[in-house]
Amino acid sequence: MGIMISALRRFHGGVHPKEYKELSRHCAIEGIPLPERLYVPFHQHIGAPCDPCVAPGEKVLKGQMIGRAGGYVSAPIHAPTSGTIEAIVEHVAGHPSGLTMLCAVLVPDGNDQWHPDLKGLVDPLDLEPQEIRDKIRDAGIVGLGGATFPSHVKLTPSKTRPVEVLLINGAECEPYLTCDARLMEERFAEITDGIRYMLHALQTTQCVVCIEDNKPGAIQAMTKAAKETRNIQVLALPVMYPQGAEKQLIEVVTGRQVPSGGLPGDIGVIVHNVGTALAVREAIRFGRPLTHRVVTVTGQGIARPANLEVPIGTPVQTLIDRCGGLKSGVKKVVMGGPMMGLALNDLQVPVVKGTSGILALMANETVQKPEGPCIRCGNCVRVCPLKLTPCEMAWRARHDLLDQLGDVHLQDCCECGTCAYVCPSNIPLVHYFRYGKFALAAQKREKEKTALTKSRSAAKEARVAAEKAEKERKKEEMRLAMEAKKKAAAAAPAPAGENQATTPPEEHAPAAARPGGSVAPRVAREKNTP
Amino acid sequence: MSKLPLLVTSSPHVHGGNSIPGIMNAVIWALLPGAAMGVMVFGWSALFVILITVAACMVTERLVNAIRSRPSTLPDNSAALTGLLLAMSLPPNSPWWVCVTGGFFAILLGKHLYGGLGYNMFNPALIARVFLLISFPVQLTSWPSPSPLMSGQAHSLAEGLALILSGPAGAPELLDALSSATPLGQYRTELGLGHTVAEALGGTYAFDLLSAATGMLKGSLGETSAILLTLGGLYLLRKGIITWHIPGAMLAGCLAPAAIFWYLDPTKYPDPLFHLVTGGLILGAFFMATDMVTSPISPVGQIVFGLGCGLLTYVIRTWGGYPEGVSFAIVIMNAAVPLIDQYSRPVVYGAQKSKA
Repeated sequence: MGIMISALRRFHGGVHPKEYKELSRHCAIEGIPLPERLYVPFHQHIGAPCDPCVAPGEKVLKGQMIGRAGGYVSAPIHAPTSGTIEAIVEHVAGHPSGLTMLCAVLVPDGNDQWHPDLKGLVDPLDLEPQEIRDKIRDAGIVGLGGATFPSHVKLTPSKTRPVEVLLINGAECEPYLTCDARLMEERFAEITDGIRYMLHALQTTQCVVCIEDNKPGAIQAMTKAAKETRNIQVLALPVMYPQGAEKQLIEVVTGRQVPSGGLPGDIGVIVHNVGTALAVREAIRFGRPLTHRVVTVTGQGIARPANLEVPIGTPVQTLIDRCGGLKSGVKKVVMGGPMMGLALNDLQVPVVKGTSGILALMANETVQKPEGPCIRCGNCVRVCPLKLTPCEMAWRARHDLLDQLGDVHLQDCCECGTCAYVCPSNIPLVHYFRYGKFALAAQKREKEKTALTKSRSAAKEARVAAEKAEKERKKEEMRLAMEAKKKAAAAAPAPAGENQATTPPEEHAPAAARPGGSVAPRVAREKNTP
Repeated sequence: MSKLPLLVTSSPHVHGGNSIPGIMNAVIWALLPGAAMGVMVFGWSALFVILITVAACMVTERLVNAIRSRPSTLPDNSAALTGLLLAMSLPPNSPWWVCVTGGFFAILLGKHLYGGLGYNMFNPALIARVFLLISFPVQLTSWPSPSPLMSGQAHSLAEGLALILSGPAGAPELLDALSSATPLGQYRTELGLGHTVAEALGGTYAFDLLSAATGMLKGSLGETSAILLTLGGLYLLRKGIITWHIPGAMLAGCLAPAAIFWYLDPTKYPDPLFHLVTGGLILGAFFMATDMVTSPISPVGQIVFGLGCGLLTYVIRTWGGYPEGVSFAIVIMNAAVPLIDQYSRPVVYGAQKSKA
């Protein structure tokens, strides 16, 4: 039972927002001069944050590890260029509530000198898959489509289910963004090279590169590149948001659905972004960790839209300045795509591994309307790619009906924003879902805490009881020993003197000890019964 | 550095442009041809019924806003739409106080008592019509014969106004046009007297399909023109305001049993086309049952709901105490919507395979 690859299937619902890709689709990827300072956050991925492994004042080289991975599902952080660590401080970062994050402040020395120890693998395709994965893990590679899940984890096939097909996600279904399209057009050969290593790590042979058909240049380039490599097939898909979401892409291309609460690996499919494939290639061939990424800077509020390849940690302001600055009347600056991105309130926020775009939106491009009542039009139900009932989820979250959120499958929601896009009442549905998920998580933590407290107090009670019983037992033993001694003494009078000096006072009350004699065996029996 | 006054909201940051006024306006536009035909067929009095009912709804809406210290909700146009729908379901010569009472009831008790737009359980226009029908059965079942504008029987603007303001006494010369039955009523009465369908609908009350389709027959103000109402419904379908599920299922739910019984005994049961073009079936299917607030949200639920509306309509028309059953059927099904919603949630992506 092989997989039927086809571009004819559809996922449920979806929308087609105005693309605005023409703003930046023809802008070739360009580098930028090194900024004055880089602010490299120690938490740029899903999973445990990194522990800093450099000290302020320390000189670092490009590609040197500055943050050690905090666990298996984590990814190390590397210096994006050579220079001096000026400080390790809390700095504004891409956080939904505008909170700060621990960042290394790196002052570049201008030499951009690679660390000499970084070396690629020789004949990687002859190595064990685990060695490839280790190299990818050490390079700090995470999913560059935006989800930033550590890639080495997703390149580990499950023990129970072999991987049948690797999907390379070049759908780029978010409007405005063109960074993946440009990568495919310009670096197709490098991407296919990276795909070969990914296939080797996954121990599979089939790969499908999925591209929406509004990117003819990318399709053409990748098709050409794929011809030179066996096993790679390029598939053009009709444009539909959110086709680039993992579950939807899998459904469209393979016809399979990822089980609710499960992983794509459960159905033999793995999805990686095109940018990730490129990063894998750099790591395997040259040993270079992930230190740069391509960011689309666009929107009608940007003087000169561009696709910039920038060091991780570059402040957003630097990118905007590079593109001619913001026009007057910019309403909103978004990090990421317009459907799932994060609105910024501070332009000093640094670019991180998951930053695909910086959008400067004018008032006519974005929305600011008061929330109206839900008129149950059902638009959200019709467009939800996961077949959820967003309007029902929203009011339950809004009214804190946490125990009902499971009935409406809140946890399956991927926050793609399709529902809010079509809502006639401008209800911030995704916001309610996030609130509901956080409330559920808080409730779970609270429950765990209560359970822990309970088990601890129970353990303490048990311990106190055990100690008490132990004391009683010892007392009884002592008493029995005394009695036995006394009996022995009565039977054969001990030599006077030393005996009297050592015996405890109880020995002088033989009458009181008498009833105890009958109690002792009973206690001993009780102790043996359990 | 200068700090920009940047707007920070939750994603998504773009919007498709749907809006409540947009939806309401589209429905109003889709209804207008049918309403205009009503005025054409029944004369100026019908225009006054529409104007008075819509005004009553809008005044009540504003009044409730003021009482609840809320900003005006008139701009969302839902009150105007409720008024128009209610007017179209009333007899074309309804006295002014019927219109005012109906509009007041629809907005205050039908909608705002539940919490306003989005919270009402029943379609406000229909619950008001049902209230009027039960409270004022005489006024609600006085059906004038068609007296098209610019024809011999037409009444003047002034006569129309007098008819609405002071009842038939205000325009005695129009009296004899009143008090006849709609085709549905005719059928039920005659059948009760032991006549066949052909006898009931023939003779003096000759029923012909063509005039029924265009709207030249007795009935509520805006329900008679099957063709224009269908066109309006198709416009809404095309604009994506409504989907085929509710109207399709409602028509099927009424016409399928009609076809079966007609096949079994054509002397007792009229043919499905009769059911389609008379009464408020098309108005109900495209404009009343599809009221978003009071219908299910999932496609499966909408089909169940539509079938129920259609089936109940047929049952009431054929065996019930009233000749027409569209309003009752939809109002009854409105009450079942929360239940339908609960059991018709779509199967979530990935759910069916989670057992394996």
